[in-house]
Parts: sequence; structure tokens; C-alpha cells
Amino acid sequence: MISLTINGLEVSMEEGTTLLEASRFYGFPVPTLCHLDGLSPYGACRLCVVEIGQGANAKLVSSCTYPVEEGLRVRTASSRVVKARKMILELFLASCPQSKTIQDLASSYDVRQQRFKQEHEDCILCGLCVRICEEQMMAKAIGFRSRGEKRSLGAPFDLKSEACRLCGACMYVCPACQLRCTYTEPDKAICGGCANLSPPCLEKNSFDDMMCYMEPCVACEIKKD
Amino acid sequence: MNPEHIREIVDHHEGGKKAGIISILEDIQAQYSYLPEEALRIVAEKTGRSLVDIYGVATFYKAFSLKPRGKHLVSVCLGTACHVRGGPRIAEEFERQSEIKTGETTKDREITLETVNCLGACALGPIVTVDGHYFSNVTFPRVKEIIHKARAGLDRVDIQTDERIFPVEVACPRCNHSLMDRHHYIDGYPSIRVTVSFRQKHGWVRLSCLYGSFSVDQEYEAPRDTVVNFFCPHCHAELIGASECMTCGAPMVPMLVRGEGGMIQICSRRGCKGHMLDLTGVNF
Ligand code: SF4
Ligand code: SF4
Ligand code: SF4
Ligand code: FES
Ligand code: FES
Repeated sequence: MISLTINGLEVSMEEGTTLLEASRFYGFPVPTLCHLDGLSPYGACRLCVVEIGQGANAKLVSSCTYPVEEGLRVRTASSRVVKARKMILELFLASCPQSKTIQDLASSYDVRQQRFKQEHEDCILCGLCVRICEEQMMAKAIGFRSRGEKRSLGAPFDLKSEACRLCGACMYVCPACQLRCTYTEPDKAICGGCANLSPPCLEKNSFDDMMCYMEPCVACEIKKD
Repeated sequence: MNPEHIREIVDHHEGGKKAGIISILEDIQAQYSYLPEEALRIVAEKTGRSLVDIYGVATFYKAFSLKPRGKHLVSVCLGTACHVRGGPRIAEEFERQSEIKTGETTKDREITLETVNCLGACALGPIVTVDGHYFSNVTFPRVKEIIHKARAGLDRVDIQTDERIFPVEVACPRCNHSLMDRHHYIDGYPSIRVTVSFRQKHGWVRLSCLYGSFSVDQEYEAPRDTVVNFFCPHCHAELIGASECMTCGAPMVPMLVRGEGGMIQICSRRGCKGHMLDLTGVNF
């Protein structure tokens, strides 16, 4: 067992657990976007930052990838942490304002505006869909392509993937587009691809053959880029 | 594309077990000048990895292309040094004159235009390469000429295996004085004159300036296999670089190539035919 303090509370955790798991276990909430229990940690969104160390050595780390250490002093909601999270949320709002998950998180941190150039991405590259497809669905149908600015997510060659079995898990976990293709709850559906309150794909009874990773969208023929 | 051939390439890399995906893709690209979709599927199937992984690697590296490339590759350097020396405007001019965008290939499949980050000859920027040939200090008016030369075909210079013979003009890499002797011709071209010393003998030697020719004219006959020291007749600095002959291990003698820039290296051992042409700029 490893002993550490979280927000002044002395706790002990098993070796190998992450700061995120430890904090949540003892009831300190830590917001996350790219973390999902059951999937490998990824550390992409940085929303889960916590502060560790003392004085000049204090630093921010992503709690979902940081393992517990003996004697570590962790602060999950210091002013520095909150400031960092607010900035991250502002950036997310700038790139993906239509996501309900991001909107909710932002408002819970009292972020109501963002100061950057407004964009409308439909992916924040959190990698949740890639991991769920690979680790839970054992399909490995989608993944990252290209790099840097051009990094994007989808199936190879932008074609309908043969490996995909249309389980829908990727869309289910996606924080940016989870409202897209919620065809099981048609009344709630807002398509992220076309911002249409009644996505045209709902009316097609052959939805089985469709997949949201198609460019352009099969139903609405809107090019997603 | 021949599927069998792709399979052979993968087998050659032990089915991707030991060697990485990158080297397999490199080999395919070297063969076909791009990565055909079918080839990536075969690689995925043969190596037992998922197509997304292979596709991810293939799109991650700029060296790989998923689209067929033209016969000739024109790369405009946009590295920091070339950037401040006007690289971006040169790139635009290439786009305008060849009527394609960066990364595209002309309709006749002759020229592919790309931009790269630093070609290692920053002091001579802006740099443009055509099939591995360097053009330094490129200015607007030269763009047309370079495109023309690219279409005519400059061919890749294959170090050591290149059999073709062509004249070079060289200079001392220290003082930059020309080493050409316009009064003595060898093989019908001005010769290269340097001073040599071996076994306490000092004298001049004239070399053929034809790259690939080994004709020499010398004051004292150096016995075969002696390693000779070469000096610049102007600044008297010894012409010696850091590299060694790939054939016999003796030090290589570097000389600056005039015009396009770059280095030529010849082996300092009498009788050894080790030599190489390195047009990657002055890496001295
Ligand atoms: S729907 Fe297809 S891509 Fe998405 S998780 Fe399932 S198998 Fe993977
Ligand atoms: S598509 Fe959604 S889940 Fe996948 S990386 Fe983008 S934001 Fe994350
Ligand atoms: S398939 Fe097209 S129309 Fe349907 S939800 Fe997805 S993007 Fe919207
Ligand atoms: S949850 Fe830790 S970085 Fe995203
Ligand atoms: S920046 Fe162009 S060669 Fe280095």
C-alpha cells in the first residue's frame, strides 16, 4: 500500500492505481474527458490535471496517467488547477462548442465564454472511440490518421471499414459527437454532422448499412471535414 | 501493382515480425513511388496488424505518399533558413508555373511538387532539389529553368553505383579558390590541379575533372596503394575531411563542387577507385 495525501487527507492506495482513481475513490471529484473506466489511460484532454509537490516544485500533472507515489501531496482543486481547467475548457469550447459534454463541463466551471477563434470541429482527438473499438470491441476499425494540424479520426482510406461491425460503441463514448446518430432515441437526436434537428439518416430504414465515419455522410451528403 | 511482389517485400522483412512496418512501407514506396491502397491491405493482412495501424503510419510520415507520384520530384525547402530567404515565395512560384498545388502531381505525371523542412544546406538557401539534385540560392527567374531541367530529367545521382561520366568544377573547401587548371586538359576537359605529398616527395598532380574517370597526370609517380596527402595549391591547407573511403578505409579528399554546390570526395589511396559525390551541400 502506498500512502499519500489528497487535499490534506491522508489516504493509502494500492500500488499501480492512478491519482485519478485514488481521488475519485476518496470522493474528490476530478473532471475527465478522455478517460473511461475499462479503457487504457491516454492523457489527451488534460482536463484531469491535479497539482502535486510543494512550493517551487509544485507542478500540474494529468491524474489519469500519474500513478500514486509514496508521500505525494496532491491537490485536486487548488486555484492553479482550477485556472488550468478553465483555460482547457475555454479551448475546448473554441473548437467544439456544439458538444453537450463540453458545454456541461464548461458551465460547471463557470466558463461561459471563450476568447479564441471560434471553430466547429466534430472531434477533439480524445481517442476514446479508437480505444473502445480496439480494447472492448476488438475490432480496430478506426484510428488516427496523419499528424499535426491534419490529424483526424476515421477508417482507413475514408471508406466504410470492413472491420467495423456497426456496434455503435465509438459514437456512444464520443464526447464531441455523442448526440450525433442517437438514432435509438430519435426525439433527442441532433446530428453533429449536419446540425439538423431531425437527421435525415433517421428516416432511412436501411440505417444498418450506414456509419457516421463516412465522408460525405451517406444520408445527408454533407461533407464532414 | 503486383500483389505477389508486395508479399515478397513483406516476406523479405520476415513478415513484419522483426523489422518494423516503416521499412516495409519504405521498400514498397521505393518500388512504386507511392503506397497503393491494395498494397497496404496486403501488408496489414500479411503482418497480422490492423489496416488502421498501417494506414496511420502511412499517413503520419511525410515521406510516404498515398497518391501516385510524378516521374520527377521537385522539393522546395521551407526550413527556417530557407523560409527567411524567401522559400515560401519560391514555392508559390513553382505552384504557379507548374499549375499544381504543393503535394500534387502534374496531369502528365511528370512532376510532383512538395515542400520539405530543411535539406541540410541552409547557408545556400533557398534550396530546391530535383530528384536529389540541389539547386542553391534559387531566385524567381530560375524557377522556370529548374522546371525545365526537371522535365528533361536530371536523374538521381546514385552514390557509388553511378556509372555515368560528367565533368565537375571543383574548388578548395578551405579557401574556395578554384582548383581547375585551364591550361592543362585531361580527357578533353580542364584538369584539377592539387599538390600532393607522399614519402617525402612533394609535387603536383592533375586529375581528370570527369566524375567517374580516373585519368591522372603527375609529377612523381606514386606507387600503387600508397596513401597520398592532398593539399590546396593556393592556401596550402591539407584537403582532408572526416570521412573514410568505403572501399579501402583511407581518408577521403573533399573538394567543393562549383555551381550546384556540394562536395566531391575521392579516395587518397593511389589506385583505389573509391569516390563519391555528395550534393547534400557543404557539410564540412
Ligand atoms: S461501430 Fe465500428 S468503429 Fe465503432 S466501435 Fe463499433 S466496431 Fe469500432
Ligand atoms: S470522434 Fe469523438 S471519441 Fe473519437 S477521438 Fe474524436 S472526440 Fe474523441
Ligand atoms: S449519419 Fe449523417 S445525418 Fe445521420 S447523424 Fe450521422 S452525420 Fe447526421
Ligand atoms: S482524463 Fe486525463 S488527460 Fe483526459
Ligand atoms: S532550411 Fe533549407 S536547407 Fe536548411
